[in-house]
Formats: sequence, structure tokens, C-alpha cells
Amino acid sequence: MSTPDGSGHFGPYGGRFVPEALMAALDQLTAAFEKARTDEAFQAELAGLLSSYTGRPSPLTEARRFAEHAGGVRVLLKREDLNHTGSHKINNVLGQALLTREMGKTRVIAETGAGQHGVATATACALLGLECVVYMGEHDTKRQALNVARMKLLGAEVVPVTAGSRTLKDAINEAMRDWVTNVDTTHYLLGTVAGPHPFPVMVRDFHRVIGDEARAQVLDLTGRLPDAVTACVGGGSNAIGIFTAFLGDEGVRLYGFEAGGDGVETGRHAATITGGSPGVLHGARSYLLQDEMGQTIESHSISAGLDYPGVGPEHAHLHDTGRATYLPVTDAEAMDAFALLCRTEGIIPAIESAHALAGTLTVGRELARQRPDAIVLVNLSGRGDKDVDTAAKWFEVVTDEELVQSATAVVDDAPQQASGEGW
Amino acid sequence: MTRLDDVLAATRAEGRAALVGYLPAGFPTVDGAVEAMTAMVRGGVAVVEVGLPYSDPLMDGPTIQQAVEVALVNKTSIGDVVTTVREVAATGAPTLLMTYWNPIERHGPRRLADELAAAGCAAVITPDLTPDEAGTEPSDWLGITDATGLGRIFLVAPSSTDERLRMTAAHCRGFVYAASTMGVTGTRGEVGDTAEALVKRVRAVTDIPVCVGLGVSNGSQAAQVASFADGVIVGSAFVRALLDASTPKDGCRAVESLAAELAEGVRVGRR
Repeated sequence: MSTPDGSGHFGPYGGRFVPEALMAALDQLTAAFEKARTDEAFQAELAGLLSSYTGRPSPLTEARRFAEHAGGVRVLLKREDLNHTGSHKINNVLGQALLTREMGKTRVIAETGAGQHGVATATACALLGLECVVYMGEHDTKRQALNVARMKLLGAEVVPVTAGSRTLKDAINEAMRDWVTNVDTTHYLLGTVAGPHPFPVMVRDFHRVIGDEARAQVLDLTGRLPDAVTACVGGGSNAIGIFTAFLGDEGVRLYGFEAGGDGVETGRHAATITGGSPGVLHGARSYLLQDEMGQTIESHSISAGLDYPGVGPEHAHLHDTGRATYLPVTDAEAMDAFALLCRTEGIIPAIESAHALAGTLTVGRELARQRPDAIVLVNLSGRGDKDVDTAAKWFEVVTDEELVQSATAVVDDAPQQASGEGW
Repeated sequence: MTRLDDVLAATRAEGRAALVGYLPAGFPTVDGAVEAMTAMVRGGVAVVEVGLPYSDPLMDGPTIQQAVEVALVNKTSIGDVVTTVREVAATGAPTLLMTYWNPIERHGPRRLADELAAAGCAAVITPDLTPDEAGTEPSDWLGITDATGLGRIFLVAPSSTDERLRMTAAHCRGFVYAASTMGVTGTRGEVGDTAEALVKRVRAVTDIPVCVGLGVSNGSQAAQVASFADGVIVGSAFVRALLDASTPKDGCRAVESLAAELAEGVRVGRR
């Protein structure tokens, strides 16, 4: 039901709404991807990297103490947070970085919101010796300063984008402008299941390892399939990654949790499917946040990685067909779940993933009424190290003043080489 | 034959190129944009492209982005854009709309096509809609423009394959928009060889006029492009003239004199 047509349409969604100048590059990428799909050497190299470099398969962890708050159902965490670079993003970038090399290109550009995709891209480029430029909204460079430093350490150039809302959507615009100008030498390593064909299909395929592994792990552990699979949805790559293996399993409910920000009713949110409407953004038709004139509306979320006014076209299709259910989770609900996982399981999740955890608490309580031994599989897509500042402020573990003092101390203590070129 | 066809046929018959000038609606204000576009026509622009301000203009460089952000802050509406088209078309110059696809889809392609046709719009240029998507539901832009008689102009690029050039040209009504270089809008020091090679390749597959855009900012560049193209499209340079002016009135004067310089260029250039 979710296989797109030859030009990348999932029902009315997807396709290619891009300048003609990019068509040849998209065709080249499609051809390289189709070839790689069945190329044994390519697949063997990717599989080798996923195991020896990323650390796959990622484990499945049963969250017993957390589950007590989810109506007592069994909660199983797919630990993408334990991957190298700290999130699921590495699965896709390794695949695309290998394709970049196959296409004979030497330069990679990427967009990033939370910085996870930027860090993963910078990592893969360092590994394969590719030049790397990451576009990041200026606003995001400030709230994710640690990831900016990581990318620079890995040898990437980070370009703060000052246009528009200075967040992920503007970083994508700028990356597209770079791509159309430098397409001969450059691959645009898009970080989610959005954008023009073949990105939604290709990124899905590089991430489907999450669900393929998890499905086997759940069967192995419990002897049956889960009753529900949950994931957070910004652009939607980790959700598609875990959903894909279960699409044909009719009894498995699929839930995508969108960033509800201050609450969908306030207008300050990033819940694209819940609070948006169909349209075209960043090269594909899908749901997006837009006004009556078709102008993109700025999204809001405590989570930089979900703070995006669009969503992948396959999610739009899964929503319209009813195969998956998309629900909003507010900042406050996500942060409560964040704290709960920290305290009950000793795992600090990414704030993005905390949205999936919050949704899991609700889904678990509902399922428990029908089936007390229900199983919920959660994609724990990333770890929360990068979010410690945000969380510490949210829970008032530290004050703004203390954070400033701490940052000042770091700057005062910095060695000479910590500033200027090379950092 | 539409008014646009007539103008391009006439300039072709005279052995020269037509000057096509772009400015976004709503910048610096809705009325100010109409005045600036009218000044362009007075200066010698033969065809006007009215830009529809859009929040995510991924084909545009910083100059046009800056102007469009002003138009968006001013809350320029689709109604304002249609009014702008109507008032500029009243000057007698064929008037086109240049817009990214989403505002069309949101407004309703059929509804917008009807409103534009009624306003005297000659054709619509869609930088992020290719014939591939234009022919499929729910866009159906090909069917709608055929039904309303509105022209439709798609872009070709140096990277386009011959097969795509043929396919794209076959779907254009009015002219083919050839992007001179790989990149976004903005002025450039050079706009030469790539554009000429592309125009030659387009001419090999179609008889309809080929206009060249991206990068032209002065009379000598206009003359150079006019030596091989049916039309020379100038955008960012006009926007720059408005941005740099200290008053709207000065802006219109600057736009008019730039138009005159470019119009002189397209007359000396041809064959």
C-alpha cells in the first residue's frame, strides 16, 4: 500500500516540485539508488559499516519501571539512541554518503535542525573523505551549540542561515540553492523522508533497518508482534524507519506523535498533519503548515529536530488511508515523559524521542483497558545529551544565570586553539 | 495569437530580442510596485513579469529574497497580485505572473487561472513546477491553462537532457524560459557561453521563442544575450535599483533608466 509510483507519488503526495535544473541530478540519484539497492558489493559495504561502525543491531530494551506509568503494558524501547552519533540519523547518512562516492561526487551539503543529522553527515563525510557543508538556521545554531561544535570538530563547515524564520525550513531552502548552483560536484544529503523523489523512498529504505531489526527482536523476546508501534514525527524519518516493517501487519497499530508545542489550539506548534493541510513545500506535496495564501507558517517546538512545518509525503498518505494515526504531544507532555524515562530507566532521551514516549503513555493506558498484556514498541530515536541545557532550564535544575556563568567559565578557560580556524 | 506572441513575433521579425523585466508585487508597497513596473515599461521593457511573493523562494538569491520579505511583511495578498497584473497589463505590455506552485494550489489552480485571465495576464511562469507534475492531478495545470487560454511557461536549464528539453518545450505556451547558468537569481559578472549553448539546443527541438534569464544586469550583457535569444529577462538588477533608492520616486527613476539601458542593449545585440 505504501509503494510509490515510478515518479515517487504516494497517492496524491510526493512527486517532484523542483526547478528543472535539479531534475537531471534527481534522475542520476534515482538511478544510483536503484542500482545500489540490488548491488551486492554496495549492500555488503553498507551492512559492514552498520555493524562495525554504527554498532547495529541496536538493542531492544524492556522499560519495566517506565511501563508502570503506561497502564502496565509492556514497553519495549528500540535503542537508536545507542547508535554512533547518538541517533537513528546515521543509518541514512552512511547510505547516502556511499551513494555520493558511487556517483563520483566529492562534496556533500546537508541541512540540520537539532544538529543530529548535521553531526551524522559530518561523521560520514569524515569517514569517507568527503567535503561537508551543513546549513543550519541561525536560531538553531544557538539552541544546539554543542552539536555545532561537534560538526566543526568533524571537519564540516557550518553555515548559519539568517533568512526567514532562521530554522530548519530556511536551512533546507539554502541547501537547495547551494545544490542547484553546485550540482555537478555536490550531493544534497537530505536528512529526512521529505523532499523530491527519490528522497522519501531512499531515506525510508536506509532507515527501514530499524523496523526490520525491531520486528525480529520483538518476536524473539515475546513470541508475537507488538500491538502498537510509536515514534515521533518531524519530517518523519525515524517513524517511517520503524513503521515500514509493520505496514503489512494489520493487527499492529502505528502511531506518529507530532510536536504540539504550546498546544495545537494556540497556533504555536509543529503538528503538521494534525494542524496543517495538503500543499507543496521543499519539492513534494504533503501536509504543511500554511496560511490561506499558501505561505508557510513558522512552526514552534521545544524540540529543534521536530520544529519543521512539513512532513514526509508517505506519512501524509498513511494518514489519509488510516494506516497510521498521528497525534500531537505538547512541549510539557514531552518534557514530563523525558523526566520519567530519566528517573525510571536511567536513560536520557532526546526531546524529539520524548514525544514518542509521552504518546506511548497514553496509548499504553488505552491498550491496557482492552488487553493488559499489550506490547508497545517505541522508537527511542536519539539520546538527550544535546538537550541537557534545554532540559535543565525547563526543570529549573539550573538557572539561566548559572548556565551563563558556566559558559563564561568555559570561555575563560579555553585554550588558545579553541578559537578561530580549526575549531 | 496572444499579445505576448505578437510582441515576440514582432521583435523576432525586427531581428532583435525583447526585454522582459521582473519585479515582485507588493514591494516596496502594492501601489509602489505597480508604479515601478509602469516605469519599467516607460523605460523600454516589452514584457513584464509580476512576481508573487512566497515564503520559501528556493530559486531566488538574496536580492529578490530581500524584496519578497518586505512584500510578505506588508501582507501582500493574491488579490493584490491579481490587481497588480491588471494594472500593469493596462499599460499595453504583455504581463506575466511568476510564481512558485504552492500559492496556486492553495488558491485553487482553476480559480487563479480564471482571475488571471480576466485581469489580462498573458502567461504564468512556474519555476518549481515542471510539465511532469503539471500534467497530474490534483495540479492539472496543463488542462486548466489549455481551458482558459492562459499561457504557461516552464524553465529549461543547462543540465536538462535533450529529451527533457523537447518535452518541456512542447508544453510551453508563450516562450521557453532558459536559465542561463546553474544557480539562483542574482546578478553575475558573466552570462555567456552556457546560455548560448542551451538556446541552441532548445532551438533544435522547437520553434517557439526562447527567452534567457538569470544573471543579466546591464546593457552589454543584455546585448550579448540578445545576440542569440528571443528575449532577455532581467529581475534582480531591477530589484536592486529599487532597494538602493532612497525614496520610491528615486527608485522608479532608477528602474526606468536601467530599463532604457537594457532596451538599448537588446536592440544592438541581434545577429
